[in-house]
Amino acid sequence: MAVDDPHPSAPPPALEAVGLSKHYGSGASRFDALSDVSLSIRAGECVAIVGKSGSGKSTLMHLLAVLDEPSQGEVRIHGTDARSLSARALNRLRNREFGFVFQQFFLNAQQSVLENVTLPLTIAGQRRGARRARALEVLGTLDLAEKASAKAVTLSGGQKQRTVIARALAGNPSVIFADEPTGNLDSATGAIVEELLFTLNREKGITLVIVTHDDELAARCDRQVVLRDGRIVSDSAAPVLEGVAR
Amino acid sequence: MRAVDLARTAVANTFRSKLRTTLTVLALFVGAFTLTITTALGAGVSNYIETQVNSFAADDVLLVQAKTDLTAAAESDGPAEWDPDTSTSSSSQAGGAPLAGAQAEPLTDDDLDAIAAIDGISGIDPVRSVSTDWVSTDSSAKFEFSVNPQSAVTVADLEAGEQLNHSSNDLQVVLPNDYLDALEFDTADDAVGTQITIGMTDITGETHELTAEVVGVSRSSLFASGAGANNALVTELASLRTAGIEGADENSVIAIAYLESGLSAEQIDQVTSDLNEAGLSAQTIEDQLGIVTTVIAGITGVLNAFAIVALIAAAFGIVNTLLMSVQERTREIGLMKAMGMGSSRIFALFSLEAVTIGVIGSLIGVGAAILVGSGLSTALAAGPLADLEGLSLFLFEPASLVGVVLLISAIAFVSGALPASRAARQRPIESLRYE
Repeated sequence: MAVDDPHPSAPPPALEAVGLSKHYGSGASRFDALSDVSLSIRAGECVAIVGKSGSGKSTLMHLLAVLDEPSQGEVRIHGTDARSLSARALNRLRNREFGFVFQQFFLNAQQSVLENVTLPLTIAGQRRGARRARALEVLGTLDLAEKASAKAVTLSGGQKQRTVIARALAGNPSVIFADEPTGNLDSATGAIVEELLFTLNREKGITLVIVTHDDELAARCDRQVVLRDGRIVSDSAAPVLEGVAR
Repeated sequence: MRAVDLARTAVANTFRSKLRTTLTVLALFVGAFTLTITTALGAGVSNYIETQVNSFAADDVLLVQAKTDLTAAAESDGPAEWDPDTSTSSSSQAGGAPLAGAQAEPLTDDDLDAIAAIDGISGIDPVRSVSTDWVSTDSSAKFEFSVNPQSAVTVADLEAGEQLNHSSNDLQVVLPNDYLDALEFDTADDAVGTQITIGMTDITGETHELTAEVVGVSRSSLFASGAGANNALVTELASLRTAGIEGADENSVIAIAYLESGLSAEQIDQVTSDLNEAGLSAQTIEDQLGIVTTVIAGITGVLNAFAIVALIAAAFGIVNTLLMSVQERTREIGLMKAMGMGSSRIFALFSLEAVTIGVIGSLIGVGAAILVGSGLSTALAAGPLADLEGLSLFLFEPASLVGVVLLISAIAFVSGALPASRAARQRPIESLRYE
């Protein structure tokens, strides 16, 4: 925990969950999606959140990405309690600091690749020229430049997911949340997308939070956090940290 | 998101589901079209009536006649029995006085004195019945001709020439323009300044001819039929008619009371009630024509009500269209929110889509209404309504066109509020869940 941090001068963790609980409904129908989860993710880390369907891994990711509010506990982003931020500041935070990659892509099928990729920049209020330039730059690094004006609906699965990654990267985020990024892809394309994500992590120092039930993908991450029934049952980084603390 | 991007996105989204948008736009189109057409119809007819009414110098005159006992007439089962003391011949109406009451008693000399004695009235002119038989020029044949006995209070809607000079001793007429062809004038201007011959028969059966100068040519009017004659000509015609026989001049049914200038509305009301006490009824010309405008306003109102009903139906169409759109785009909304788009911007986006639909529907509707209305106006003016000169049946006033577009856009905005707020309230997490 932050209190036990052995290096007080070190920067605060990129993401920190303290005693997070999330439940839906109340009384007999109450469902605890997450119970008392604490987790600290350093900037530049690559973390896999693993668990079966219904284990609460997506809920944890949503809470860490301030897409949802916890029932109890708090989420700190770079040391700032998310509850202290206004709705506008939270929107700004998600827009500037976070990128999202989803299993189901969530691309606008009738819009061009370029329009899809510029969406976060449009939301940020950038001018047309600037966001086009930025989107083309990102598409170029992902070998999608020639697809810029193609409609999203015409793309293959791998191209779609690379477009989604381009969209996530467009705003130059410090954290990318990926929810089953390879779930809808065949293994060959999946491998390409994985490689892309890990390269971003290694070369640009982007923090990766990957939610997956794919053990192979999880194994390639620095750290695996395993959830079961809303609780952390193992965290590969924890023993190391405890070892250091001792 | 910048406003311009918001607008651009909204417009693009509107056209994403073309069939649905088209149907909603069609519903608005019907409303916009109807509203524009009926408003223009009302404006066109009202404008025409107003021009006609304004052709009367109605500001400072009252039309005075004896009170008619309408209740007695209504209660009777049939025609009233003739009474030599009170009944008058309906021929006193000869000469066609459309403003006169149906069967009013003639005004007695006492009545005229009483009117003249009332404060605020500067003069009184009984409207004399004049009857003429024909008119001709040197070269033309004789044509039936009648003089409007009220030309003293009217201002003709002139096509050429000038108004009658009532203080002149010269005999003057203002000729209706439908006499131009008959009297072999090529243009209205040709007629002005020429002398015409008027023929009449006096009460003894003897015929007389007199010549008068055409000072102006008038357009046909709803309310003033016949030629205009100045006071000198009316007096001349009236005295010829009695053939010098004392007492043969029938008393007038209606008299024109001239109000002193600068009277306030209350003072005019006072004059009217004074006249009422004297057993007379007085009306301004506007009062008499008020019923016409009221009817027109009523008809326009009913038609507009239909248009509004159509628009309300269309409003539900917008609500439905946008609700479906919000439903379909749940994921997209969730994604945009996840990427940091604020709720107010989401609300604005969907509201703008509604307004876009409204603007498109209203512009097409207004445009079509202008095309159809102008076409109809032209066709009718050349055909069935050719006699009503100066009437353009549909008058498209820029202000009311803008008003229609604004109204429909406002209706669209209000209709869009429910779906838009539903979209804005969506939690990104609910929208993105797929497990």
